[in-house]
Amino acid sequence: MSPDHSPLLIIDGLVKQFGGFRALDGLSFSLAAGEILGLVGPNGSGKTTCINIVSGLYTPDGGSIHFEGRSVAGLPSHRLAHAGINRTFQIPRPFLTLTVRENVDIAIAYGRNRDTRTDTDALLSSLGLLAFADQPAAELNSARQKMLDLARALATGPRLLLVDELAAGLNPAELEHIAAKLKDLACSGIALLVVEHLMGFIGQITDRIVVMNAGKEIFEGSLANAFTNSQVVEVFLGGEDAA
Amino acid sequence: MRHVLLILVPVVATFAILPSVYSNHLLLFNFMIFIMLAQGVNVIYGFTGYLPFGYVGFFGAGAYGFSLMVIHLQAPPLLALPVGAGAAVVLGLFLTPLFRLSGAYFSIANLAAALAVLQVVSNPNLESITKGPYGISLSGVFNPTLAYGTALAVLAATLGLVIYLRNSRFGMALQAIREDPISAGMAGINVVRERIIAWLLSALIAGLAGGVFAWYVSVFYPETVFSGEFTIFAIVFALFGGNATVVGPILGVVILYGLYNAVGISTPQYFQLIYGALIMGLVLFLPNGLVSLLRRWGLNVP
Ligand SMILES: Nc1ncnc2c1ncn2[C@@H]1O[C@H](COP(=O)(O)OP(=O)(O)O)[C@@H](O)[C@H]1O
Ligand SMILES: [Mg+2]
Repeated sequence: MSPDHSPLLIIDGLVKQFGGFRALDGLSFSLAAGEILGLVGPNGSGKTTCINIVSGLYTPDGGSIHFEGRSVAGLPSHRLAHAGINRTFQIPRPFLTLTVRENVDIAIAYGRNRDTRTDTDALLSSLGLLAFADQPAAELNSARQKMLDLARALATGPRLLLVDELAAGLNPAELEHIAAKLKDLACSGIALLVVEHLMGFIGQITDRIVVMNAGKEIFEGSLANAFTNSQVVEVFLGGEDAA
Repeated sequence: MRHVLLILVPVVATFAILPSVYSNHLLLFNFMIFIMLAQGVNVIYGFTGYLPFGYVGFFGAGAYGFSLMVIHLQAPPLLALPVGAGAAVVLGLFLTPLFRLSGAYFSIANLAAALAVLQVVSNPNLESITKGPYGISLSGVFNPTLAYGTALAVLAATLGLVIYLRNSRFGMALQAIREDPISAGMAGINVVRERIIAWLLSALIAGLAGGVFAWYVSVFYPETVFSGEFTIFAIVFALFGGNATVVGPILGVVILYGLYNAVGISTPQYFQLIYGALIMGLVLFLPNGLVSLLRRWGLNVP
């Protein structure tokens, strides 16, 4: 994260409208290789929408996205996957009737991973899925389906990984394991954008967070400093009953 | 390769040998046509999840493409067949915008498109080109033996294609698209392109089937080759047997079309009713067909 490094991902003034409603209203931040950035904010503040745009599900209505120096806004998902951007889903989306192994094989076959040594079994094993390799993905519980989402994303060899509420619903041991896993990925040079509600988890793995409210960034800095910021405190506590 | 030996060769050999021991060649021919069509439905529905209620449009386009080549250009049948099937592929290309629709909307729009093509073909004002509602007669090229042999080749090619899909990464990608197009995109699959390729392959199968059908029967009306019965039968056979497998649609045709010919010919209206109900029942309760029952008993079905 040396300052002379130009960031891997630069998002500037991103706008997304659904009908008359602005889900993103000029969001800007950047992310360096090897960095884990936490994206937090109340429900409906636009976190998933941001990930959906960066991963090509939606086209933006304004603003720019640069990845490794080139504009990628509006490219279809498969081209972004080839370029080195991948993600997990808040509600996991495996290929249900395919086996766990096939779910990963397909991403290796089509993902154009630059690292040709990527091995399905090793990947499944590192995420605790090897024992289920030959079962249909539909038979996995939700926590394991999330791990399968992650395995599929990693199979494409991403340099930017967008993680949408991966920790929700995991038990403490699983949380510990996945935190270590995400840190390993960052150490290997992958940039991670992590959306999460569990502040303990965010604090454990991130150096820096962006706090969003109503489609805008209202704070950027460390988690500790965030809660000295009056606007952040109001957004997180103001709406809740007499906290 | 194993599937070629275990499925393709025996099926094609059976249809090659049967005419010498069984005299109703038309019936054998129709069995082959329905295996092709059920496999064509399999390619687009089984592998990508789009149910083509207007599938017969490709069959009719192939039949007319073939016939018009023969009538207007005096093309030899073996040349007219691929060109005629090309008409089905072109129709498929025209219909690619339908993929913007989901589920039932796609199916209904596809049905409407097939009906529209029928209206154009049977329009009396186009009599000089299509013979309008008066139908086609191809007595000049009538040659049931060669047409039957050509159908065998089309059948072999169709089964070969489905075996390829069943065993290739392309077939797996299609199934991934069927399961979740958004995830498929994130896995690096060009969803739009692969889905269109499957669609055009499916159209090509029906177009070849339609062309060889036109050749074999030689005399037919627009309603013959655009009959919704082809669509319904092909869908029921594929669904009943089991989609996204090689043997499912073959089983479906052998069992249900066999049953239809054994008892249904005399009361076809009941059979249409029963098959309509069967489609609904299968989609709701046994979406993966007979083959999924066999799998439940631990059999590994290709
Ligand atoms: N496809 C969509 N169509 C209409 N509204 C949407 C769509 N996706 C998200 N929204 C709206 O945008 C806002 C932000 O949603 P989202 O990005 O999912 O929030 P978060 O992930 O921060 O909880 C919400 O009000 C949501 O209802
Ligand atoms: Mg969300």
